[in-house]
Amino acid sequence: MDMSPTRKNVVEASGFKVENAVSTRKISKNYGPVEALRNLSLDFPKGQLTSLLGPSGCGKTTLLKIIAGLLEPTSGEVEVNGRAVTGPGPDRAFVFQDFALLPWASVLRNVAFGLELRGVAKSEREAVAEKYIRDVGLAGFEKNYPHELSGGMRQRVGLARALAVDSEVLLMDEPFSAVDEQTRRKFQEDLLNLVQTENKTFIFVTHSIEEAVYVSDQIAILLPRPSRVSEIIRPAGFRSKGAENIRRDLEYLDIVDRIWASLRTYVE
Amino acid sequence: MRVFGIRLPAMSSLILWGMIWEIVGRSGLTFFVPPLSEVLVTLYSVLGTPAFQKALMETAYAFFMGVLFSVAIGIPTGILMGKNRLIDELLLPWVNIFLSAPLTALVPVLMVLFGFGMKSIVITTTLFAIWIIILNSRAGVLQINRSLVEMARCFGASPLAAFTKVYFWAALPEILGGVRIGVIRAVKGVIIGQLLISIVGFGALFELYSNNFLMAHFWAVLIVLFGMAFTISEFLAYLERRISYYAAKR
Amino acid sequence: MPNRSLVLKVLSAVIVFSAWEIAGRIPVSYAFPTFLESMNALVHMTIDGRLFSAYAETLQPLAVGIAISATLGIALGLWIGLSSWFDWLFSPIFIVMQAAPLAALIPLLVMAYGIGLTSKVFVVCIMAMPVIVLNTAGAVRNTPTSLTEMGRSFLASDYEVILKIIIPAASPVIFSGLRLGISAGFIGAILSELKITPTGIGDIITYSRSIADYPSMYAAIFSIIFLAVLFLNLLEKIEATLFAGNVRGYVSD
Repeated sequence: MDMSPTRKNVVEASGFKVENAVSTRKISKNYGPVEALRNLSLDFPKGQLTSLLGPSGCGKTTLLKIIAGLLEPTSGEVEVNGRAVTGPGPDRAFVFQDFALLPWASVLRNVAFGLELRGVAKSEREAVAEKYIRDVGLAGFEKNYPHELSGGMRQRVGLARALAVDSEVLLMDEPFSAVDEQTRRKFQEDLLNLVQTENKTFIFVTHSIEEAVYVSDQIAILLPRPSRVSEIIRPAGFRSKGAENIRRDLEYLDIVDRIWASLRTYVE
Repeated sequence: MRVFGIRLPAMSSLILWGMIWEIVGRSGLTFFVPPLSEVLVTLYSVLGTPAFQKALMETAYAFFMGVLFSVAIGIPTGILMGKNRLIDELLLPWVNIFLSAPLTALVPVLMVLFGFGMKSIVITTTLFAIWIIILNSRAGVLQINRSLVEMARCFGASPLAAFTKVYFWAALPEILGGVRIGVIRAVKGVIIGQLLISIVGFGALFELYSNNFLMAHFWAVLIVLFGMAFTISEFLAYLERRISYYAAKR
Repeated sequence: MPNRSLVLKVLSAVIVFSAWEIAGRIPVSYAFPTFLESMNALVHMTIDGRLFSAYAETLQPLAVGIAISATLGIALGLWIGLSSWFDWLFSPIFIVMQAAPLAALIPLLVMAYGIGLTSKVFVVCIMAMPVIVLNTAGAVRNTPTSLTEMGRSFLASDYEVILKIIIPAASPVIFSGLRLGISAGFIGAILSELKITPTGIGDIITYSRSIADYPSMYAAIFSIIFLAVLFLNLLEKIEATLFAGNVRGYVSD
């Protein structure tokens, strides 16, 4: 059986080869007798946003945590900029689904926490944190505590924390799934801006088809039991047309429909 | 805990501790700790003696009466508090006070009011157990999901039917949790009562053994007592798990 | 209405104390003084200083016992929570201790350590320790995984994860374990004064009973319960302000 990704809709970006920031090579992960991932190989181009999309239980989060170095693969390896991953590193930052904010620390300390752990001096790391708090639109909330913020604002703190350590790769584990629909749309627009302005590589796990198509340069469709890449889609036409026009673009709608058609048999 | 890939059962370290006890006992380090094997042999012989059986019966009686009273009074009181705001506000401060108060201080009062006998011990046991049962029953009623209450009303349940078919069951996990903690407290209460009013049950037995320096006897009774207390609490925890499987899914 | 809850609290106290007064006047028992007689005795004891010297004595084993249990208990609890080997070794002991009527050990402690301060401190310790250890260990074990993963992904060392994430995350539960331990310690302290040797408040209770001075006996009991409840409520208030929002702030709310 052919396990290699089928490239039906690959539109190579104007022919030249893009450099990969992250590559996974033949990753397998077993939990006892359960095969979560099998022989999964995938490339993540530099400066772009790649979504991992699939039904629940397809191992998207497992793959992301392996890339983060939080989980060890049973076999296979992950390379970031050509270096093999053995654990968490300064080249990757993680945005958590449940935010993972320290409830006893102020917004300022939470955003600066990554730098604190890297031994950056207090005044310096707080200056950096303040900049990113402004960038994510939370200026004035530095002294507040997480429980005083709405879900959306909490995730902005999580995002600011990940940006503050200035890693090349940003790993986002369903970052918007715990915020309400309207906040999520705003986040998605902001994320598009972020991908353009920050020269970072984004790896984005989601279970929302629309969200994946809306924000991604490349979508990897994962199918479960055991998890493998069934398809890689690179939307090309609508990215340049502006954030507000994407949702009614024909290519956007086509891709959403096509992904749903291939996933629906896996949804129970 | 895993050793060479084999999972050790949860309480298996007690075997190790038993071995340490045996070694300490045999080394003759201290007079107060006889070897475990000697204690177990004594335990076997003690179990049959009339003194032990009398103590056990008296303790069991006080314990069951205490638990019975605290359940029979505590659960309805708690449910009433959960349903009626005025009663709740009048009673809650006292329930909270007695929940955290050092109830041992009340035993002398019980002794002068109810005599140096079974009655005082039963009341002590009840006093130890009842407050947490009241509080948990109240909490159980208060946490019942609004939509469940509205559902009962929408489908035309009479107050009695709503109570017996919906509210009681919805509050059951908390009520059972309260009863379990209450029973554990009752075990402690019955022993504390007997120690202070030391002419009945195990209190008298302890007095007898310690006056005669019968160490092995003493430890044997302790093992029985601790073993029974632990078994009761584990059994209730098991029951709670069996019955409140839906607690998290309401 | 001006503060309904306070009014009802006062009303509730008035009802109970009047009931006590009336029951004492009937009287329901020769050994049941009225509320006012008991309060009168309490005022007398306070004025002639008997109450203060009694408390100085009663609180001594309590303070020493709590200090020992807190230090040892939290350290042991952290260790049990962090190491599965320690968990296997020590948890069963404290689980059994938690369920068992440890008061039964008192006669043995008296035989081994006599009737002095040592025995009383021991009693406080065996009562207070299990809940402190089990709460600490449970809190450490239940640190949200996403928080420790966050620490690791931002390159925290194991030491930093423990110090900056696990301990702060566990501290509300550790603190409430401490409060429950103190509550149990009060039971132990009074029990040891009534059972081992009458000193302090236990002495006032025992002596007043022997000379049938029931108002003084009730006053002493009233005062120790009042003091314990007041102190524990104070701790609860401190806990609430100290850890406001500490248990919240996750996705679920």
